[in-house]
Amino acid sequence: MKIKIGAGILAFFALAAILGPLLIDADPAATGDAGLQGPSAAHWLGTTQTGQDVLVQLVYGARVSLGVGVLSAVIATLLAIVVGLVGGYFGGAVDEVLSVLTNIFLVLPALPLIIVLAGYLPQRGVASVAVVIAVTGWAWGARVLRAQTLSVRRRDFVEAARAGGEGAFRVVFFEILPVLLPVIATSFLATVVAAILAEAGLSFLGLADLSTVSWGSMLYFAQNGQALLIGAWWWFIPPGLCIALIGTGLALVNFGIDEIANPRLRTVKPVKPVKGVKPPREGKVKA
Amino acid sequence: MNVLEVRGLGVDYQSATGAVHAVADVSLDLRRGELLGLAGESGSGKTTLANAVARLLRPPAAITSGSVRYRRRDGTEADVLALGPKQLRAFRWKELAVVFQSAMNSLNPVATIGAQIDDVLRIHAPGMSRKARAERAAELLRRVGINADRRRGYPHELSGGMRQRAAIAIALALNPEIIIMDEPTTALDVVVQRDILHEIGDLREEYGFAVVFITHDLSLLMEISDRIAVMYAGRVVEVGTARALRTAPRHPYTEGLLRSFPRLRGPREELLGIPGTPPDLRSPPSGCAFHPRCRYAFDGCSDQRPELRPVPGGEVACLLNEGTGADTVREAS
Amino acid sequence: MRFLLRRLGFYLLTAWAAVTLNFLIPRLMPGDPVDLLVARLKGNVDPAAIDAMKRAFGISDANLWQQYVDYLGNLAQGELGRSITFFPTEVSTVIAGSLPWTIGVVGVATLISYVAGTALGVLMAWKRGTWLDGVLPAATFMHAVPYFWVALALVFVFGVTLEWFPVSRAYALDVVPGFTGEFAGSVLYHAALPAITIVLASMADRILGMRNVMVTTLGEDYVVMAEAKGLTSRRVMWAYAARNAILPNITSFALSLGFVVGGSVLTEIVFSYPGIGSMLLKGVENEDFPLMQGIFLVISLAVLVANFLADLAYVILDPRTRQ
Repeated sequence: MKIKIGAGILAFFALAAILGPLLIDADPAATGDAGLQGPSAAHWLGTTQTGQDVLVQLVYGARVSLGVGVLSAVIATLLAIVVGLVGGYFGGAVDEVLSVLTNIFLVLPALPLIIVLAGYLPQRGVASVAVVIAVTGWAWGARVLRAQTLSVRRRDFVEAARAGGEGAFRVVFFEILPVLLPVIATSFLATVVAAILAEAGLSFLGLADLSTVSWGSMLYFAQNGQALLIGAWWWFIPPGLCIALIGTGLALVNFGIDEIANPRLRTVKPVKPVKGVKPPREGKVKA
Repeated sequence: MNVLEVRGLGVDYQSATGAVHAVADVSLDLRRGELLGLAGESGSGKTTLANAVARLLRPPAAITSGSVRYRRRDGTEADVLALGPKQLRAFRWKELAVVFQSAMNSLNPVATIGAQIDDVLRIHAPGMSRKARAERAAELLRRVGINADRRRGYPHELSGGMRQRAAIAIALALNPEIIIMDEPTTALDVVVQRDILHEIGDLREEYGFAVVFITHDLSLLMEISDRIAVMYAGRVVEVGTARALRTAPRHPYTEGLLRSFPRLRGPREELLGIPGTPPDLRSPPSGCAFHPRCRYAFDGCSDQRPELRPVPGGEVACLLNEGTGADTVREAS
Repeated sequence: MRFLLRRLGFYLLTAWAAVTLNFLIPRLMPGDPVDLLVARLKGNVDPAAIDAMKRAFGISDANLWQQYVDYLGNLAQGELGRSITFFPTEVSTVIAGSLPWTIGVVGVATLISYVAGTALGVLMAWKRGTWLDGVLPAATFMHAVPYFWVALALVFVFGVTLEWFPVSRAYALDVVPGFTGEFAGSVLYHAALPAITIVLASMADRILGMRNVMVTTLGEDYVVMAEAKGLTSRRVMWAYAARNAILPNITSFALSLGFVVGGSVLTEIVFSYPGIGSMLLKGVENEDFPLMQGIFLVISLAVLVANFLADLAYVILDPRTRQ
C-alpha cells in the first residue's frame, strides 16, 4: 500500500516533468502586467512580482529540478556501484582505501563543499551543477553497496562462477550486479531526492543557473522579491511543497520495502479478543 | 498437587491469510516441584504455549480460548489470564520466572549482570536495602557457580555457559514456584550442557520449584524429566511419565521422535525417524494432524480428531488407543 | 579505547582530506582562480587583495609541492587568507565573529531536535496502534522538506502575518550587546524562529530512525525478558529497549550532521542571522573564494568534532566498545 502511494507520487511528478511542458504551452519566463496576483482562474497559482505565472514556472521547473536530480543521481550511482562493488568484492588494501574514501565523503558536509565547487565553476549550467552534486553524493550508495557485495560475494552462485574460471570483472558486473539491482534502485531514488534538495539549496543561494526556471530558482526569486513581506504565499509555497512531496513519495516506497523485509515495522491493527478472553492489558505493543 | 492447570488453551496468530492456530485446545497440569518436559519439532507450539502461560504473547499472537489457573502454596488460586497489570507484574518472576533460549540475547547487553538481578529485587522486594540487594546478587551468582565479582561484568564478557548460568541466577532471584526454561542448553556444547543440567537438578532439590523444560531433544528429556508432554501441530499428543514414554510410547509421533536417534542402552533398534515435514498450520490436515506422516495411519485418522485419553502412566491422543485395546503402538502394528 | 583511537585516526585523516581538497579545488578547476576573480570583478579589485589571495592559496611560481607545504604552514598558524568582501580583514577574524552565533543556534537546536525526536520515536514504537501513529505521515513528509523552505513558511506565518517573532538579525537594533538580561532576552527572542526551523526540519529523521530501530529492538529477547521480570512498563521501555535502540541511532545521527549543518546554513540566510551561513552567502555574492573556502574548512572541522563527540557518547553508552 505504502509502496503504491509512494510510487504514485513519484510517477505523478515524473509525468508532470516530462509531459507538463507539452501540455502547457507557455513561456515560464514570460512576464506580464499583473504582478503578485493571488490564485485566480487565469493564474491558478497566482503570479510572481514580474507577472510570471507560478503554475507554468512550477511545471517547467519540475523538468529542471528533476532533470538535475536524475542526472546527478545517475552519475553518483555509477560512482557508488564502481566503488562499492570493487571494494566489497576485492577486499584487502583496495577495499581499505575505498572504504576510507567513502567514509571521508560521508562525513564531510556536502552542501558547503558543493557551494565551494559551484563557486569555481566557470559557467553553471544544468550539467555542471549536476556533476558537482554527484561528486559529493555518491558515498552513501557506495557504503550500502559495499556491505551488500560483501554478503553476496559468499553466496554459492558467485563461488561457482569464480570456480568456473570467470574473470573478476565478469563476476562483479554480470553475477553480483544483477542481484543488487533492487538495492541500487532504492539508493538511486534516495540520491535523486538528495540531489533535488542540493540543487534547490544552490539555486536558493544564487549559485545555479538562474536564467533557467527550477524550483530552487523560484524560491531564490521569491526570497529576493520579498514574497514573504508582501504575503505572496502562492509564490514560495508550491516549489518547496513539490520537493517535500517527492521526498515523501520516495520515503513511502522505502518504508514499504523495509516493512516487507521486516514485518515488525508495520503498524499493527488491534487483534479482536475472541470468546471473552481478555487480551493482555499490559503488553508492550498495545494492540 | 498442581501448581498450574492449563485448560483448553488456544492461541492464534492473526495473519493476512487468516488465523493460524499455533496452540489449539491444550490442557496440561504442572505439579508442584516437578520437572515437566515439553517436546516437539520447531513450530509445534511449545514456545507459544509457554509464552501464553507467562502472558508474554504479543500481537499478532493472541489467546483465543481456555484458562490458566495458578495455585499458591496456601491454597489460594489465581486466574493468570485475568490478572490486572499490577497483579501480573507481581505474578511474573515472584511466582513464575523464565529462562530464555539464548542467554546472549536475553541478557541486556548494556547492563551489568548485577544490575539485571538488582532491578528484579528493587521492584519486587522494595524493603531490601541496597547492600542487601548486592549481597543477594552475589549469593545468587555464587549459587549457580559464577564468581561473585562477575556481577560487575557485562554479558559479552561471559562465556556462553556462564551467561546461561547468569540467566538462571536471575530466574532464581525471587524463589519462584515455576521456572519455564525454553531450550536453555541447546546453544551450549555438550559438556557445559551437562554441568548446567546438574546445576538445575541441584537447585530444584534445594528450592523446590517446578520446571517446564522445553526442548526438541526428547532423549535429553527422558533423562531429566519427571513427566513429558509431546506436542505436534499445536496440540499435546501424549503426556506421561518419562519412564512410560521411554519404555512404551503410545503415540506414533513419540515413537518416531524416540527412534530418530540411537539408544545408548538396551537392545539395538532400527532408526525410524519421521518421514515428511511438519504441517502448515494455516491449513492443518483434517482429523489427526499427524496422519499424513504416520506409518500406522488408517482410514479413520483423516476424518476423526483423537482426544487426549487417559492410559496407564499418562494420556495419549491417538485413534490406535481408542477401542483397539492395544497398549502400545508397537503391539498395534 | 582502541575504538576511540581508531576513530580519532580516521577524523585526522578526514581533516587532512578536507584541507587538501581545499588546496586542490582552486587548482583543479578550470582557469587560475586569481585570474578568474579578476575577470569576474572586471579588474575592479584592490591589487593588495589579489596579492593577499595569492598568498593565502600559496599560489606562486614554486612547484606544486612547495605550494602545498607553504599552504599547510599558513594553515597551521591559523592563516586562512584575507577576505575580499571585508578586505583587509582576515578570513579567520570574519569567521570568528560569526561562528558563535551559528554554534549557539544550530548547536542548541540540533540537541533539542535530537532529544525530542528520539523520545518521540521511542514513544511511537512503544505505543504502536494508538493515535501516535498519526505522527508518522507528518514525519514522513517533513523528512525531505528543504530547511530554507520551512524557514520561509515560518517567517511568513509567525513573523510577517502574526508578528510574534522578529524575522531577521540576532538581536534588536536598540539593544546594546553585553552581559545584560535585556541583551540575552533579545538574543533568545531572535534565535527562536531559526532554532524552531532547524528543530522542525531535522527532527523527522530522528523520529523515523529511532522508531524503526526501537520497533526492531522491542522484539529482542532481552526486552521480552524484562517484561517477564515484572518490571514496570516505563523501565522496560527506557532501561531495556530505548537504552539499546539508541546505539545505532547515535551513529546515524552523527552521519546526518553534515546534512543538518548544510540546511542550517541556508536557514540563517532566510533570517539574515549573522552566522556562518550569512557569511557564506556574502562570500558567494562577492566571489570571495578565501572566505568560502575558509568557511568550508571550519564547518568540516566542526562536523568532525561533533562526530567525535558522538563517538564518545557511544563508547560511554555501549560497554562492548570499551575494551
